[in-house]
This record gives sequence, structure tokens and C-alpha cells, in this order.
Amino acid sequence: MIRLEKRPQPSQLWTVLTPVLAVLLTMLVGGIMFAFLGTDPLEAIRTIFWDPLFNPQFAGFTRPQLLVKAGPLILIAIGLSIGFRAGIWNIGAEGQYIMGAICGAGAGLAFYPADSVLIFPLMILCGALGGFAWAMIPALLKVRFGTNEILVSLMLVYVAENLLASVASNLLRNPEGMGFPGSRNFKQWPAAHNAELISGTGMHWGVAFAFIAVILAYVLMSRHIQGFNIRLTGEAPRAARFAGVNPARIVILCLGISGALAGMAGLFEVTGPAGQISIDFNSGYGFTAIIVAFLGRLHPVGILLAGLLMALTYIGGELAQLMLGVPGAAIQLFQGMLLFFLLATDVFTNFRLSLGRKEPA
Amino acid sequence: MDLGSINPILLVASIMVSATPILLAAIGEMVVEKSGVLNLGVEGMMITGAVVGFAVAVNTGSPVLGFAAAALASAVLSLSFGVLTQVFLSNQVATGLGLTLVGLGLSALIGKPYEGMKSPTLPKLDIPLLGDLPVLGRMLFSHDIMVYLSLALVAAVWAFLKFTRAGLILRAVGESHDAAHALGYKVVRIRLMAIFFGGACAGLGGAYLSLVRVPQWTEGMTAGAGWIALAIVVFASWRAGRVLIGAYLFGGVTVLQLNLQAAGARVPVELLSTSPYLITILVLVLISARGIHGAPACLGRPFHASS
Repeated sequence: MIRLEKRPQPSQLWTVLTPVLAVLLTMLVGGIMFAFLGTDPLEAIRTIFWDPLFNPQFAGFTRPQLLVKAGPLILIAIGLSIGFRAGIWNIGAEGQYIMGAICGAGAGLAFYPADSVLIFPLMILCGALGGFAWAMIPALLKVRFGTNEILVSLMLVYVAENLLASVASNLLRNPEGMGFPGSRNFKQWPAAHNAELISGTGMHWGVAFAFIAVILAYVLMSRHIQGFNIRLTGEAPRAARFAGVNPARIVILCLGISGALAGMAGLFEVTGPAGQISIDFNSGYGFTAIIVAFLGRLHPVGILLAGLLMALTYIGGELAQLMLGVPGAAIQLFQGMLLFFLLATDVFTNFRLSLGRKEPA
Repeated sequence: MDLGSINPILLVASIMVSATPILLAAIGEMVVEKSGVLNLGVEGMMITGAVVGFAVAVNTGSPVLGFAAAALASAVLSLSFGVLTQVFLSNQVATGLGLTLVGLGLSALIGKPYEGMKSPTLPKLDIPLLGDLPVLGRMLFSHDIMVYLSLALVAAVWAFLKFTRAGLILRAVGESHDAAHALGYKVVRIRLMAIFFGGACAGLGGAYLSLVRVPQWTEGMTAGAGWIALAIVVFASWRAGRVLIGAYLFGGVTVLQLNLQAAGARVPVELLSTSPYLITILVLVLISARGIHGAPACLGRPFHASS
């Protein structure tokens, strides 16, 4: 008989192995799904995972996209992972991302058409503050009233989406846009444009900030006392309280960091790749970042790799849509499956299979 | 603004219709949580139910078959959550979120060919005598069968949890899985059954959205209804009767804001459309400010027989 036996310590090997296994399983089951949809599974998998990077015909165009898509995913996922480590479930990053974009863009547009080097840094700051403020709602409610942060942060996503629809067609609408919803285009306003830093690489300020966030998060989580407190709160809340860790402060810290990072990601997206505040500039990065955080084992370096992989599935998915006619929703399902398989295989990190009879207790 | 254009009889009648999907999903989730499992995938199961119910109803021409298929599909989907959390001992919060993401993707994939189609919808029941009552007849007794079925389900769940032995065991598993295990109850099996039931209920709720309430299929049509159902369970302090009150309250808010929009109230449309979400937050705050009463003690905690 096969039983699960708890490991005394989580397995280091399996911690690294499970994401790889999950990706392989997703490819396998995803391949079966593609076969059902009438696409050659091998070709679909190759189009998603190989062609965007190495196809001689269009890799030149798709390769820079990798950083463009990975930047916001990594930035948001880093913030989320810090909270997840402490058992604080901010699943409303999408809302904080939208609010960051609105606040940052709004602050910038207030100075249109001024030309100063200070405008873009001001926008980044306001973007971070917007996301931070939006995350403070669930944080303060949790600290003050013990309200469930999962539900509040998620409800606020819908509020933010409605707010976005409102500002895109009223407050921030382009006065020269002939009445169409959507703000001024930041690509035509150099002072506020989040342009490529090195041409042809997709590297923009958001990606640079994502890399910085990875390093800072690594230092915070493994070298700083607050990082230790965060991990302690997640793994042994009682021990943390006895050690004098203030749980309220951890809640505010975790939600604040993730909100500010998501807000910045939104600002970089709206001034760069998206170009303007529009009703649907947000493309669900806030939710996909949850998958990225788990796939990266809530570890900064893992998240960096997971973000790149997830960006690859976005680009490859678009490519498969274009070349093979695979429906866009199939990619969404593909990403969801990845998280599912990761969670399933994760059992081997904490448990080992033991064969044979159950010993008498 | 023309408040006179809002007909109170129709208002109550439409509240009952708009509350039904949330009520179905919430009562199912309440049973799941009573067994000690937190399934955050209600939204994903609901939308899967919505699309499967719609597709089956369109293809067979029978809304009843649509509802049955929706319940089955969502229940099977919920079992993936059950196996992951109960057998593979994965984190319930993360797995529930995963279930929602999978459900949203899956439904978008299945639903693509059905966009813009019309489905056969459930007929309104023609209840003799009661349906002919002057005001109450229109208000309460001229709905389709699912409205009454959802109410019956609430009563059944209440009675099951309060009066039956099985209900007592289910609650015991939720309050202390170690004690229940020591008494020889199959914790994992009981929880899997609860999860299956919760999935079926969420599926029915989703199908009610796409077959009766709207009735059409659009991508992402649940728009947070599953999450509101989760909030209602908290609001209800895990009691069947209060789930009913909660669901009808939220149904009321939804219908009222739609009516106000139609009547041209001098409030921004965006504010009105966000009101169900804002009120959900407000209610959660009010409930939690009092201190959460009645949450099952083992809610969200993993169970492994060895530890």
C-alpha cells in the first residue's frame, strides 16, 4: 500500500524539482487539450515555448516582448510573495495595479504638456502611492476590524475596474480624442513616456524596477529582521507573537509593499507598452502574478524565472493564436493548469511516498 | 429621476430572481466550510456551471438537462480541488484561487462558439390559487422552479445540519478533524463529499445566471458573484437561515442599483455598478467588527492522519 509520510524537513530537491515537473505535466495535458481542439500538440507546444525565442523568422520581434511581459508580472509577484510568506493573501493586485496606473497617469497628465525630467519620477511615485493606498484599505480593515483581506482586496478589483471605466471616459479622457474614451497617449509625450532603455531588448524602466525588486526582496527575506519576522508570522504565528512581532505591522508592511509594487507595475504599463489609460489596458497581470509567485516558490529568484516563463506562455499563446488558430482562452486555461499541477506535485516537498505495510502505531 | 417608474411588485419579484444564483452558490459553500474546507474556487465553479449549462441547454433544447449537466460539471471540477487539498494536502487558499483561474479559462474556451446565442429558458410555474393572489401572486408565486428549489435547498441544508446524524458528523469534522478521526470518521471522504455538493450547488447557481437571469452566455459573466457568495457565508456566520437573508439582501442591492440606473438617478453609473461590491465590503467590516462568530474551528486547516 502507498502512503504519504511527512518529511521532518521540506525536501530541498523537490522544492526545485516541482516547478519543472509541473511545467512538463502542463505541457503533456495541455498537449492533449490542443489535440482535442484539433491542433497538432507538438506543434502547439513548440509554438508556445520555442518559437518566440528561437524561430529565425519572428524571434527578433517576440524576444523583446519577453521582458515587456515579464516586467510587470515579476514586479507584482515579488510583492505578493512577501505577503503569501506571512499568510496574508492579497489577491486584489489587479485592483492595485489599475489604481497605480490611474493615480500615476493622472499626476502626470496634470502637468501636460510641461517638459521636465521630474515628471516621470513623480508619476512613478504617485503610481506606487496609488497602489499602496488601495492596498491599505484591506490592510487597515484587517488590522482594525479583523476583516478578511482576501474578500476585501478582491472586491476592490471590481471597484477599481469601474473606476477605470469612469476615468477613461470622463476625468482623464483625451480632450483632443474626439470624444473617444482613453487618455492622452504617453508615447507622444516624451517627458512621461516609459521608453525602451536599450532599443530592441524590451527593457524599460518597469523591467529595471522589477530586477531591483528581486534583489531587494532577496535581501529583505533572507538578511533582514523584518523578512525573518514575515516568515515567522507565516510559519508559526503563535511563536511570532511570543517573539514580540507585531502582527498588525506585518499586515500593513506586506500589503503595503505588494500594493506599491503593483501600482508601479500599472504605471509602467500604462506609460509604456499600453501607452494610455483605456477601459481595458489591464490584461489580468494582477491575477497571473499569483501563479508566478507560486511557480517561483515564493522565492525572489524563482519568481524571476517563473515570470519569464509565464511571459513566454503569453507571447507563445498569442503566436499560437495567430499561426495555429488556437483560441486565446486555451492559454488562460494552460496557465491555470500550471498552478494546479504545481500545487499537486508540491506534496512531494513535504511528504514522501512510502511503500509497504503500515507499521503498528 | 423618476422613482415612480420602479414597480415595487416587479422589484421584489426580480430580487428573488437575482438572489437565486448567489443563494445556491452560498448555501453549497456553507456546507463545504462547515466541513472545515475553505474553497475559494466558487467563482470558477459557477462560471463553469454557467457555460456548461448553457451549452447543454442550447444543444438539447432542455434547460433542465442544462441544469443537471452544470451541476455535474462543476461538481467534477470541484473534485479536482478536493483531491488536491485533501489527498495531496495542498494549500487551500492557493488551490481555490487556482480553481477560479482554471474555471475562468475553461469556461471562456468552451463558451466561445455560444456567444450571442439564445437558450431555452425555464418556464414560469403556474401555481394554482397562490399564483392568482392579487399582489403576492406576482411577487412570490410566479417564478420558475429553481427559485423554489433554492429555497427548499436552504431548508434542507438547515435541517440536515441541525437534526441529522450525518449533519452532526459533518460539523464535527469541521470543528475538530483530529477528534472526528479518532472517533473513526473518514475525515477526507466526508470532506470530499461536502466539496462535491458545494461544487454542484455552485454549478446550479452559475447555470441559473446563464439560463434564466441573463439569459445568455458572455465571457466572465459571473462578475464576482462567486466571491460575493463567499462573503455571504461569512456574513451569515455559517448559518443556513442567514445565508438566505444575505443572498436576498445582495439580490436586493443589485436589482435596486440596476433600477436606479434605469430610472436615471443622479448618481454616477459607475458608483451604482460598484455598489454591490462596496456594500459587500461594508457588511464584511460590520460583521467582523463584532468578532467572527461561528466559523468552524478547523476551517482551512489541512488534515493528515499521521500528524
